[in-house]
Parts: sequence; structure tokens; C-alpha cells
Amino acid sequence: MSNTLLEVKNLKKYFKTTKGMLHAVDDISFTINRGETLGLVGESGCGKSTTGRVVLRLLESTAGEVLFGGADVLAFNKKELRRFRENAQIVFQDPFASLNPRMTVAEIIGEPLVINKKTSNRADLYKRVIKLMDTVGLASRFENSYPHELDGGRRQRIGIARALALNPSFIVQDEPVSALDVSIQAQILNLMDELQKEFKLTYLFISHDLGVIKHVSKNIAVMYLGKIVEMSDYSSIFKNPLHPYTKALLSAIPIPRVDKKRERIILEGDVPNPIEPPPGCRFYGRCFCRKDICKDTDPELKQVSETRFVACHVAT
Amino acid sequence: MSDILLKIEDLTVHYITDDGTVHAVNDLNLSLNKGETLGLVGETGAGKTTTALSIMGLVPNPPGKVINGEVEFEGEKLFEKSEAELRQVRGNKISMIFQDPMTSLNPIMTVRDQIAEVVLLHENLTAKEAKEKADEMLLKVGIRADRAKEFPHQFSGGMRQRVVIAIALACNPVLLIADEPTTALDVTIQAQVLELMKELKKEFNTAMVMITHDLGIVAEICDNVAIMYAGSVVEQAGKEELFTNPKHPYTIGLFNSIPDIDSDDSVLKPIKGLMPDPTNLPTGCPFHPRCDLAMPQCSEILPKRTEISENHYVKCLLFDGGG
Ligand SMILES: Nc1ncnc2c1ncn2[C@@H]1O[C@H](COP(=O)(O)OP(=O)(O)OP(=O)(O)O)[C@@H](O)[C@H]1O
Ligand SMILES: Nc1ncnc2c1ncn2[C@@H]1O[C@H](COP(=O)(O)OP(=O)(O)O)[C@@H](O)[C@H]1O
Ligand SMILES: [Mg+2]
Ligand SMILES: [Mg+2]
Repeated sequence: MSNTLLEVKNLKKYFKTTKGMLHAVDDISFTINRGETLGLVGESGCGKSTTGRVVLRLLESTAGEVLFGGADVLAFNKKELRRFRENAQIVFQDPFASLNPRMTVAEIIGEPLVINKKTSNRADLYKRVIKLMDTVGLASRFENSYPHELDGGRRQRIGIARALALNPSFIVQDEPVSALDVSIQAQILNLMDELQKEFKLTYLFISHDLGVIKHVSKNIAVMYLGKIVEMSDYSSIFKNPLHPYTKALLSAIPIPRVDKKRERIILEGDVPNPIEPPPGCRFYGRCFCRKDICKDTDPELKQVSETRFVACHVAT
Repeated sequence: MSDILLKIEDLTVHYITDDGTVHAVNDLNLSLNKGETLGLVGETGAGKTTTALSIMGLVPNPPGKVINGEVEFEGEKLFEKSEAELRQVRGNKISMIFQDPMTSLNPIMTVRDQIAEVVLLHENLTAKEAKEKADEMLLKVGIRADRAKEFPHQFSGGMRQRVVIAIALACNPVLLIADEPTTALDVTIQAQVLELMKELKKEFNTAMVMITHDLGIVAEICDNVAIMYAGSVVEQAGKEELFTNPKHPYTIGLFNSIPDIDSDDSVLKPIKGLMPDPTNLPTGCPFHPRCDLAMPQCSEILPKRTEISENHYVKCLLFDGGG
């Protein structure tokens, strides 16, 4: 069995809008090994969630390939797709919006088992739901509660239990802790870590928070306006970021320390419009080390060491 | 005259609702000197916004009610003032910035006109001069004059928040209360806005209460820090002191919950349990059910605010002579 679980090649997702084609995901490639986590980080609207959704085929792609355990996900027929969906799950940012408000906790967690006919009788279903609740640290006394009666942390535990119900091997975590307070966020991050080890799970972990991303990831991909601009093992990128955008992003994080002062790079302007972007590097307009070539020639993501890739004319 | 600009003493604010009485702020003490920036830190529901609204005299009533306490601003007791006097204070001396910029912007007015309107209210200028002043303020927050005639919806989130800052500073307040002003923004945009606030604070010598849940932002721009839990300030100290020598178990728990991007293998040590229900707070110290160092008496005795070293206050029995 190959060590690679997920391989994404030249994936694109464009949306048709009244103002033209919106390049939400524009030619990205990455792989994730079994049992590992790839952290996908970037600012609002850069295409993180769209990537997660296209990989799971919750959205149809515009071009590219997605290989899951070597099989071509985009070519799956109905039956294959159903099996894939059992194996590949998603946890959303807003646990409230993603849970049916009229169902009880036990019904929400048990639903995937019922829909996929994984259980034949109520007693078995009940036993498995209670086991799942226990796995994610939800007391069984909440089985008959409704999501709105619970706090954000417990709601997120419901979402995780539901995602685990079908014994998946892969989970897209789309900002699973972004809506939570730090003390609760830390509890959930530790839980995800334990579950990954216990069930050998592979994660695509999406977040805009670099601290969280560093904590959970083996490898990190930085996205900017539909492109991966840098990909690296989790440690080197923090020590020595290569892409100017990564440098700016890292320097912008407020660090809760008073003993260290860092050089700040303040970027000019805002993230540009993803509709019909001009040729050239997407970061050109805000880049503080741009050259002429960057204006019309789109830099490719190039490997620069065993674990590092960067898409920049200046950095390579 | 003393240097103290704002002093809050024993403030208690309740919201009286059908589901019970929410103990939003409980016996809160705070003080702020002229020109100083205080970080007010706490998780959702800790009572940060309610505290800010109390200073402004804007707690919605009903359901809100100030039960006890005193807010002194420039030596005057705010709760003794009439609504008209309070409006004067709010317009000329204290400004507030909210988390969502759209709540304080008028969608059908150009940004220049919105700033000019505020300027006219507080300064004796002609309409033309007020517009010039508006353009000047916009420039200060990094928005070029050729965009002054645009409407808020034509701006990005970061630009809108900069307009709100321009409005808040247009009347040159003595105190600026910023309630999570960058929480809705991306980090690179947040960095722009924080940088701007730092510069303006220096230029205008404005005192500021910076409400945030992000200790990184506090490290970045505050002089002093107050940590809130369940409606009360549990620890207050100078920034250096609080970051290098935190004392309250909740403060320490907060620091241990944040992933550290400067080290390779950070282990998170979360605080156990959940925020208490504000309609039914635990007896004694409100943090005791989650506290690893809780002693039997913590569930019975409400700790007093104790000054453990100069300008370092802790509300915990471990430091209250009770431990
Ligand atoms: N159904 C859709 N139709 C049109 N445009 C869309 C659609 N879904 C997403 N987009 C656009 O695609 C781009 C990428 O969106 P996406 O939600 O993937 O970003 P993101 O990185 O997850 O952002 P955030 O951090 O805000 O969640 C954005 O410009 C967004 O407006
Ligand atoms: N208008 C209101 N009516 C009832 N309860 C409220 C109202 N505003 C705030 N609260 C409650 O008061 C407590 C403190 O809230 P708030 O001051 O907004 O905290 P923070 O800003 O720290 O998140 C919370 O429990 C909140 O639900
Ligand atoms: Mg998203
Ligand atoms: Mg608030």
C-alpha cells in the first residue's frame, strides 16, 4: 500500500459570476500521506473551503485530478462515490449552521449510520451513538438535547462524532475551531490529535490561524488568491519563510509575548479581486520585492528542497 | 490633578430576562491613566462589551440595569449625570469603535459626509471646512481623497474599519474604547489597522481601552492588561508583569491554551470544563470549578482584590491571605 492517501493534481474550480469567471481555486497540486495532516492556511476568500469541497466532490471541479488511495475520485460512479463519502468526511467551522436544529444530539450523530444502513436495530444504533459520544468527550446525558441548548465547544464535538460515525480514513477540517474561545479551542485541538492517533486519520486541516495550523500540521500549504504560493514541512516555514506573502503573513501575527520583538511587514492595500485575475503573479500588486518578470509571468510552484516548494520568481 | 482618567469601582450590571438574571458584570474594578492603553481581555460572555457600554452610559435598559458601582471619568461621576450631559461626554470626550464596522456606518451616506457630520457636531466649522477636515482624517487612516465620495459598501472590511476609526478620532476624544476592532479582519489587514491605531494614539495622545480576546494584540499595543472572567477582573497588571509573571490560575490557563508558534512541539494544556452559566454563577470564586489549584474554601469565599505587588492586582484566595 502506498504511503500517499490523497493526491491532488492541477485542480481548478472556477465560478461563473455576472462579472466574469471567478478563479476560486486555480491550478493547485498537493499530496497528503496516510495518518498525516496537511494544514491549508490563507486569508478570507483565498479558496481554502472551495479546495476542501472539491476534493470531497461536494462541488464539481473545473479541471484537474483528485486521487484517493490511487483511485480517480472525479471519475467515480454513484456507487463508488457513496463508498468514498463514507470514507472521507468533513467538519465545518460553524457547528451551529451545520447541524439540524430539529434533531437531537443522538439523532444527529446516528443519522449517517441510519442513512447508510450500517445498523439493523435500535439497540445497536444506540450503543454506537453512546460510544461515539464517549469518544469525543460528550456526556451521554446530552443525548436528547438539541444543538441550540449546547455551547459552541459541545456543538463542535457533535460535528466531530458525526464525522467519525462511518469510520472514515480522511477528514477535511474546515476551520473547526475558529468560532471557539481559546480555552475551548485547546480542548478540541487536543481531541482531534487523540482521534488522529487512535484511528490513524488523515486530515486536510483548513484555518486562517497560523498558530493553530502549526500546532496540528505535518506539512503546511499557504494559499493566496486561489494559488498555493508556498508548501513546506511545518517547522522550516516558520523559521525561514521563502515567499514574500508568507513572510508578511507570519510577521502580521500578533504574538502573545513581550520578550520578543519581530520585524513587521505591513502590506499595502487589500487582497485583489479573484474575478478574471490578470496574468502574472497574484501577489504582484502588494509585493515588496517584485520584479518586472512578476508582472506578466505566473511563477510555478517549484521544489527547492526535500520538503519545500515555493512559487516566486524572486525567492528561487 | 491626578493622572487617573477613568476609574470603575465595584461595578455590577445585570440583564433581567425571562430566562433569569444574567450576572454580566460583577464587582468589577478598573482604572486607567491619561494617555494609557489598557487591554481588556476575556472570552465570549466575560462581560467586556457590557463594561464598555457602562462607561458610555449605553447599557440597554431594559433588560440591562446597573445594580451597583461607580464610573468616574476625569474626576466626575458619570452615573450622576443627566442624559444630555452624558451625550456631551460621549460626543466630545469618549468615542467607541465596535467589532462590526457596518453597525456604526450609515449605508446611504458617503464616507466623507459621515465624518463631516460628526465634525460639525463638535466643532464650530462651516460645511466646507468640515468636509476638508473629513478628507484629512481619511488620509490619516490611509484612504485617498478620491475615494471619499464612495459609500461604505464599496469598501472592504479593513477600509470600513479605518473609516470608523477616522470617525471616532474626528472629535479628538480623550478616551477611545475599541471593542474587538480587528476581530472580523484578516491578519494582514489587522496588522495594518493596529499599526494605524498605534500611530494615531501617539499623535493624539488618546487613552484607550482595547477590548480583545487575543493576548497577541495586547502584547502588541497595550501598556496595562485586565483579565476578565465571569464578569469580574480577576487580574490586572502592567503588560510586562502580566506576561512574565501571571498569577491567577485563569490567566495562566489562557496562556497554556494558545498554540505557540515560536516552539516546535507545543503541548496545549487547556482549562478543563466550560464557562459558567451567567444566570447561575458558582458560589465563592466563579473560576473554582475549573481551577486545578482550587481549595475547599474557594467554593465558599469570594476572593477580594489584592495588590500583590505594585500595580499588580489579583482576585484569588491563593493571594488573599486565605491560602
Ligand atoms: N458558490 C460560489 N459562487 C461564486 N463564488 C464563490 C462560491 N463559493 C465561493 N466563491 C468564491 O470563491 C472564492 C474562494 O472562496 P472560499 O470560500 O473557498 O474561501 P476561503 O479561503 O474558504 O475563505 P474563508 O476564510 O472566508 O472561509 C471567494 O472569492 C468566494 O467569494
Ligand atoms: N441585551 C442583553 N440582554 C440579555 N443578556 C445580555 C445582553 N447583552 C449581554 N448579555 C449577557 O451578558 C453577559 C456578558 O455579555 P457581554 O458583555 O456581551 O460579554 P463579552 O463582550 O465579554 O462577550 C453574557 O452572558 C451575555 O449573554
Ligand atoms: Mg472557508
Ligand atoms: Mg463583546
